[in-house]
Amino acid sequence: MKKVMKWIMLGFVLMGSLSFVEAAEKELMGAGASFPYPLYTKMFSEYHKETGVKVNYQAIGSGGGIKQVLAKVVDFGGTDAYLDDAKLREVKEEILHIPTCLGAVAVTYNLPGSPTLQLTGDVIADIFMGKITLWNDQRIQSLNKTVNLPKMRITVVRRSDSSGTTFIFTDYLSKVSADWETGMGRSKTPSWGATAIGAAKNAGVAGQVKNIPGSIGYVEVIYALSNGMPVASVKNKSGRFIAPTLEGVGLAADTDMPADTRVTITDTAATDGYPISSFTWVILFKEQNYGGRTLAQAKETLDLLWWMIHDGQRYNEELKYGELSKEAVKKAEAVLRSTQYNGKPILK
Amino acid sequence: MKELTVKKRMAKDRLFHSLVLFFASLVVIPLLFLLGYIFKKGIAVINWDFIVSMPAGVGESGGGIVHSLVGTLLLILIAVFLSVPVAVGAALFINDHPKNRISQLIRFTVDMLQGIPSIIMGIVIYIWIVLPMKNFSALAGGVALGIMMLPIIIKSTEETLKMVPESLKEASLALGAPYYKTVLRVILPAGLSGILTGILLGVSRIAGETAPLLFTAFGNPFLNTDLFKPVDALPLLIYNYSTSPYPEWIRIAWGASFILVTFVLILNLITRWVVKKWQIKF
Amino acid sequence: MSASPLKVHKVKEKGFSAFLLFSGTLVLMVLGAFFVTLVLQSFPLFRETGLKFFTTSRWVPMENAFSVLPFIAGTLMTSFLSILIAFPFSMALSILLGEYIKTGPFAAAFKSVTELLAGIPSVIYGFWGIMILMPLVQSLQIKLGVIPYGVGVLTASLILSLMIIPYAASLGRDVISMVPGDLKEAAYAMGATRFEVVAHIILPYARSGITAGFFLALGRAVGETMAVTMLIGNSNFIPKGIFSPANTMASVIANEFGEADGMHTTALIAVGLVLMLLTGIINSIGKSIMKRFQVGG
Repeated sequence: MKKVMKWIMLGFVLMGSLSFVEAAEKELMGAGASFPYPLYTKMFSEYHKETGVKVNYQAIGSGGGIKQVLAKVVDFGGTDAYLDDAKLREVKEEILHIPTCLGAVAVTYNLPGSPTLQLTGDVIADIFMGKITLWNDQRIQSLNKTVNLPKMRITVVRRSDSSGTTFIFTDYLSKVSADWETGMGRSKTPSWGATAIGAAKNAGVAGQVKNIPGSIGYVEVIYALSNGMPVASVKNKSGRFIAPTLEGVGLAADTDMPADTRVTITDTAATDGYPISSFTWVILFKEQNYGGRTLAQAKETLDLLWWMIHDGQRYNEELKYGELSKEAVKKAEAVLRSTQYNGKPILK
Repeated sequence: MKELTVKKRMAKDRLFHSLVLFFASLVVIPLLFLLGYIFKKGIAVINWDFIVSMPAGVGESGGGIVHSLVGTLLLILIAVFLSVPVAVGAALFINDHPKNRISQLIRFTVDMLQGIPSIIMGIVIYIWIVLPMKNFSALAGGVALGIMMLPIIIKSTEETLKMVPESLKEASLALGAPYYKTVLRVILPAGLSGILTGILLGVSRIAGETAPLLFTAFGNPFLNTDLFKPVDALPLLIYNYSTSPYPEWIRIAWGASFILVTFVLILNLITRWVVKKWQIKF
Repeated sequence: MSASPLKVHKVKEKGFSAFLLFSGTLVLMVLGAFFVTLVLQSFPLFRETGLKFFTTSRWVPMENAFSVLPFIAGTLMTSFLSILIAFPFSMALSILLGEYIKTGPFAAAFKSVTELLAGIPSVIYGFWGIMILMPLVQSLQIKLGVIPYGVGVLTASLILSLMIIPYAASLGRDVISMVPGDLKEAAYAMGATRFEVVAHIILPYARSGITAGFFLALGRAVGETMAVTMLIGNSNFIPKGIFSPANTMASVIANEFGEADGMHTTALIAVGLVLMLLTGIINSIGKSIMKRFQVGG
């Protein structure tokens, strides 16, 4: 029995010492949107190589990101849908938004031969509301005269979790379809019809669309491209069919940005802009002294965010995310500078 | 029965026998197929590098899962350290006062605890530990898993303690040994196999649990051994990677599944060996 | 030290007993605290919406409409369907191993395989289900001309039945092998065939034990989370048929808890409370039948 006790003691000492060694390392915790997850993974692994700081980012969805920031269990959250005015008023502390990259929501589908389809916002809305149920429907066929569409039932795949990607998508559809705006509205969790299949995260939707013949879904574009899945070209305000490319996204973002960086760029007026584009943001509290955070930890968080909007931007293109424009970076810098610790600015 | 000829009865018997054999073997097929599939897909991925290195970045090939292996081991250690003393204490208590109201209540509680769905374990521990500590942590995950182990260890220990003969206890007490010494030096060593079996069964039950870790241990792409920080675990990694569209990640998920299943298999073998080797014989 | 060894022993003795009592009550407190936590945390929902949680049938977090009914329906459908599918198979296995071949290499091999299968984590069953079962169900659905979701109530039930067969079969085998030998021998001595012994002696005798086994298996199926979450299709509506996507109580929590806030969180905890009560009831029924059977046998 004594021997056993000795081993147990040894175990505790060992675990304790390991904890001690680890404590010396710097670590940051983030959680939220899965839309920029591939980019963040890349950025944070490079940041670790450069600075030795470990950033643990878990893609739990935008809704989760906001929830965990408000619960004060993470250093920063990631979201594709900025907090609207009502939500900001509801939260006692001031929340800041830092844009980190641009992305496109692609409409992807599973059809024999993987043809590239051209779709309008109106048609997309009716497909996702279950009003168009067959692939060879007249309204799809007339947009794609050269494609031989099969008489196949359309299966809608949507996000089962609260999602910023869904928000971007429904925000766009609300702008182009009155029926959508009244019937479904803008939401991270709209009330989908009973026949739409729910899948978790961008990866889950891509996976389901890949598995189900005749299905259609919406995902951050890299999730479709990395899989060799087809994406639709979508008709924009100027009447052009634009594919979700970096160029199309970059052009869509060419607009005035307010000082707090909260802006939507869906249904852009830019002639060659892709209409379902969006910024994605990192959110954090303006006052960084909360829940026992030290000044050093706050500084660590801000250094990381500063790096993300400057040096980190060089990874955007390679992973098919749009880079921030100079103007957007400037606005983001100003927001970062406004952070405080005990009411005093942290960054000089 | 009388009107049936012997032949008819024999035929009926044979029919029944073949029906039983048919259904039994029919179900064994998908089950064996499942095992075979995990082994086939898994072995292709496993090599030394897979076990000792960190994951590669998105789109890069190679890389390993050492962070989640370490995480799973850490979670198991925490769970065992927290649950074993309490479980053994509770089992001794029931064994000492078998007819006591509290003992009966404990027995009922153990049955109930065993039936609590693992996802509920996760949300309750999130409320108890993650929210007040303002941090996802290995500790929170370990507590959730520890509570899941409690009933298993208590049951196994209690079963074995029942088999320790009363005469042994009485002999020790008659020699003037105080009660606690009798328990520590006589009863517990005699019941050690039960405790060990309980721990092993418990570990093999929790090693693959995902649901309680979703909102507690949370996951971590880096290697972490700090109790107060989030850690990765094999089942979390399998869940996240298996639902991804990247073929490379799906490969890694199979490799991780293989390791997890092998781990459980080895635990089962050890359990059987312990039961055989240290069976109580008096 | 002037204290006599006897006194030291007394103190230690008391400390030791106190530790045992403490451990025992800690176990009680854990369960109690679970229950209290769930009740307290879900209370605001009932205060605000009364019994709408049970009387309406819509779950739309965006509109603060929360009803547990779609998930109760999903849970009951998947678990009963899985029990139905598992029944003939696990019965066959129990009879085979409890009566036909009690010992020998085949019985030993089967025991190892079932133990191993019972040890395979839920998430791996789910993973395998996505890769193998989902395409199979899809091709079945294409043949039948229904929407080829692949995921849904049937797929989740199939994987659940695979998961509970080893458990139910090993419970059944234990029960069947507990049937007293002299009863069977008496029947054999009278010239009964094996089928007659099984049908007229073993099954009637073991009936309550087998029923208990199925209750316990049902308890497992009801609370199972990961594999179901991965295969059920996650739709918050009352399923219309066995091919519909749905959500069980456990899967909706796994899906939505991570990002719910405000009343949504409260409602999910309330779902957890209902789930805990349901599994508690099912398990207590199973355990009490089993205890009576064991006492009777």
